[in-house]
Amino acid sequence: MSAPLLTVSHLSKRFATGDRRVAALEDVSFTLDRGRTLGLVGPSGSGKSTLSRVIMRLLEPDAGSVIFDGTDLLATRGAALRKLRGRLQMVFQDPVAAFNPRTTVGAALDDPLRIHAIVPRRDRPAVIARLLDRVGLPAALAARAIHEISGGQRQRVAIARALSTEPDLIVLDEAVSALDVSVRGRILELLVDLQRERGLAYLFVSHDLGVVRAVSHDVAIMDRGRIAEIGPAATVVTAPVSPIGQALVAAVPRLVLSPQDAPRA
Amino acid sequence: MSFFARLLHSPEGLVGLLLLLLLAAAALLAPVLFPTDPLSIVAAPLTAPFTNGSVPLGTDRLGRNVLAALVHGARASLLVGLAAAAVAILVGALVGTLAGFSGGFIDEALMRVVDAFQIVPGFLLALAFVSVIGASLPTVVLAIALGAWTGPARLARAEVLSLRERDFVAAARVIGMHPLEIALREVLPNALPPVLALTAVIAAGAVLTESALSFLGLGDPNIVTWGSMIAEGRNVLRTAPFLSLAPGLALVITVLGIYLFAEGLSDALARRRIRQ
Amino acid sequence: MIVSVQDLTVTYRGSPMPALSGITLDIAEGERLAIIGESGSGKSTFGLALAGLLPANTTMSGTVSRAGDRAPVGGRDIGMVFQDPGTSLNPVLTVGEQVAEVARRHLRLHWRDAYRRAADLLARVRLPDPEKALRAYPHQLSGGQRQRVAIAAAIAANPKLLIADEATSALDVLVQAEIAALLRELVEERGMTLLFITHDIALASTLADRIAVFRHGQLVDIGLAARVLGQPEPYTAELIGSHLDLQTPPLIDRPAA
Repeated sequence: MSAPLLTVSHLSKRFATGDRRVAALEDVSFTLDRGRTLGLVGPSGSGKSTLSRVIMRLLEPDAGSVIFDGTDLLATRGAALRKLRGRLQMVFQDPVAAFNPRTTVGAALDDPLRIHAIVPRRDRPAVIARLLDRVGLPAALAARAIHEISGGQRQRVAIARALSTEPDLIVLDEAVSALDVSVRGRILELLVDLQRERGLAYLFVSHDLGVVRAVSHDVAIMDRGRIAEIGPAATVVTAPVSPIGQALVAAVPRLVLSPQDAPRA
Repeated sequence: MSFFARLLHSPEGLVGLLLLLLLAAAALLAPVLFPTDPLSIVAAPLTAPFTNGSVPLGTDRLGRNVLAALVHGARASLLVGLAAAAVAILVGALVGTLAGFSGGFIDEALMRVVDAFQIVPGFLLALAFVSVIGASLPTVVLAIALGAWTGPARLARAEVLSLRERDFVAAARVIGMHPLEIALREVLPNALPPVLALTAVIAAGAVLTESALSFLGLGDPNIVTWGSMIAEGRNVLRTAPFLSLAPGLALVITVLGIYLFAEGLSDALARRRIRQ
Repeated sequence: MIVSVQDLTVTYRGSPMPALSGITLDIAEGERLAIIGESGSGKSTFGLALAGLLPANTTMSGTVSRAGDRAPVGGRDIGMVFQDPGTSLNPVLTVGEQVAEVARRHLRLHWRDAYRRAADLLARVRLPDPEKALRAYPHQLSGGQRQRVAIAAAIAANPKLLIADEATSALDVLVQAEIAALLRELVEERGMTLLFITHDIALASTLADRIAVFRHGQLVDIGLAARVLGQPEPYTAELIGSHLDLQTPPLIDRPAA
C-alpha cells in the first residue's frame, strides 16, 4: 500500500473580524490516496472552501501541515512553489469568474503550458487541440472568447486547463454547482472518466450531497471548521453517525415520483 | 453591438467624436493647408476678419495669419493634450496597479507619494516645474502630467483591489503564474477601462493648462499655441477682440469636444460592463 | 382562480428570441404551484411578469388577468422573494425599517405600529432575537437570516400571492430545508397562494401541489405534481433522469465506458 498522495494534519486557521475571532478550520486531518476522490460536504461556514484554499496555498494556515507526495507543501514558497503547482490544480465554482474576462479559450489553455514549459511553443496548438478534444469540446473553440461560450463549455475548458499540466491532484470547489442539472451529469461523468484514465485524485467540495455521493469514494463532513465524520461514501451518506451528518442527509429533498412517496403536506 | 457602434449611438459621443476629428484633421493638415511658418508676417497688421481673402480670419498686431496660427496651434494643443494624458495614465496606472496588487508597506509608501503630489494644485506644480526647468514642449507635457497622474493612480488601485479577490486571479496563481505577470497581464488590462475614461478629462485639462502656461509666457516660445495667441491679443482686446476670441473659441470647442467624447466613451463602456 | 395567464409572450429589448412564448396557465387561489426549468427556460421572467417587474421596454403580448377589480400593487397584492438576499435587501437601511416600510405603505400604519408588526413578523419567520434584529443591518445577518427577512418583508402587507424566485438556491441544504418548511407553513396559515420557481426538481416535488415545466420559454407540461413527475413528458423525464440524489447509483461504480 503506497503512501497517501495528500496528508493533511492538524490544520487550523482563524480569521479575526473586528474583535471576533472565527475559527474557519480547527484541527483538520485527513489523507487522500492517488486515484481516489474525497468528497467534502458541510453547511455554509463549515470551512470547506477555506480548506480547499489552504491546500491550494491561496491562504496561509495558522498551524498544521500539508504533505503532498512527500513534500512539505506549506514550507514550499516562491519559485519552487510555482513549479510544484503543476501537480496540484483547481477548478472553481463560477466558470465566468474563473477566467480573465478578456481571454480566449486558447490563451487560457496556453498559459499553463507556457509557464511550466510542458511542450515547445510550436507544439502547443496541437496539445491545446488534444486537451479540448479530451474534454469533449471542438478544437475550433480555441479561437473563441471566454464570454462567448456556454457555462458548461466554460467549465470543460476549466477542467482542460487543470489537466494541461498533468497534475496528480485536482481540487474541485463547487465545480458543478453553477451548472444546469442536465449539464452537471455529463461533466461529472467526464471527471470520473478522467480519473480512471489518468489516476487523478480529486478533492471534491460541494454542498450538494447527491453530487458528492455520485463521484466520491470517501466523504468527509465538516461542521464549524472541524471534520465531524469521515468514511466511505456509501456508509457516511446512507447512515451518518454525526448529528450534522444526520441533519444534512435528512435535509436533502427527496424526489417524490408517486403519491405514496409524498410527505405529509 | 460593437464598441464603436455603441459609441456612435450616443449623441454626445457622436458630436464629441466629430469635433475631435475636426481638430485632428486641422492638426494633421496644418502643414498642408498653411505651409508657411505661421509666425511669419504675411499681410498688414490688424486686418479685420472676413475682409481679405488671403487671410480669412484677419491678422494680428504683427500681421501674422490668424487662421494659420489657429490651425497650427491646434497641433500644439492636441499634441500636449494627448501626450500629457498618455504619460499621466501610464505612470498612474502602473503605480496604482503596483500599489493595489502588492498591498502592505509598498502600497502605503506609494499612496503617500500620491498624496504628496495631490496636495499641490496641479497648475502651480506645472508652473513651478516649467519655471525651473525651462519652457519647451516636452517640459510642458511633463509638467502637466506631474499633476495629473494621481487621479489614474488612485482609480487603478481601487480597481485592482477589487480585481485581486476575483477567482481568475486565484486561478492564475494556481497555475503557477509569476506575481509580476499576474499584475501586468491579468490585472492591469482589466483595471484599465475606468482609468482610460479619465483620459479625456486629463487631456482637456492639459489643453487648458498648456494654454494658461503659454498665456503667462511660460510655454514653448518657438511654436504657436492658442494660449500665446490669447496673450498676444490681450493688449488690443478693445480694438481687435477677434484676436483673443478666435483662439478662445477654439479652446472651448476642443474642450467641449473632448468632454462629449468622454461621455460617449464611458456610456459605451458602461453598457458593455452591464451586459457582461 | 387568482391569476389567469393567456398566451403570454415576452421578449426583452435587444433579444432576438422571446423569453416566454405563448404561456397559458391558471393559478388557483390557495394552491402551491412550482415552476421548474433550467436556465433560459423563462421561469424567472414569468415570475417577474406576474409581479409587473419587467423592464419598461420589454415587449409583452397576451394577457395576465387577476381576480379583483383594481390593478395589483406590488407589496400589497403580490409579495416577491428573490434568490440573492444579499442584493434584494437595501444595505444602508436596518432590517426593521425595510419590513416596517412595507406595512406602513400598504396597510397605512403609523411607524410605531409598523415596527411592532415588523417585530411580530421577524419572530414569525423565526429570526433569533427579533427585537435586536429590528435594528440590525443586512450585512450583520447570515444568508439564511437575510432570506427570512426578505420573506417577512414580502408577506408584511398580507399579499394574496407570494412568488419565490429561486428563493432557496443560494442557501445550503440545511437552511434550504428550513426556509422551504417556513414557506409551506406561512402559506397555509395565511391562505396565500404560492408560486415557487426553482431548478431543483426534488424540492419542487416536496413543496408543490401542481408543477409546471418550462423549457426555452415554453410550457412543456402542467398538472398535479404526482402526475407530472410520475407520468412525465420526455423533457421532464430527462430532468428527472439527470437528478442526482442519495439513492442514485454512484458514477464511480459504473463499469468503464
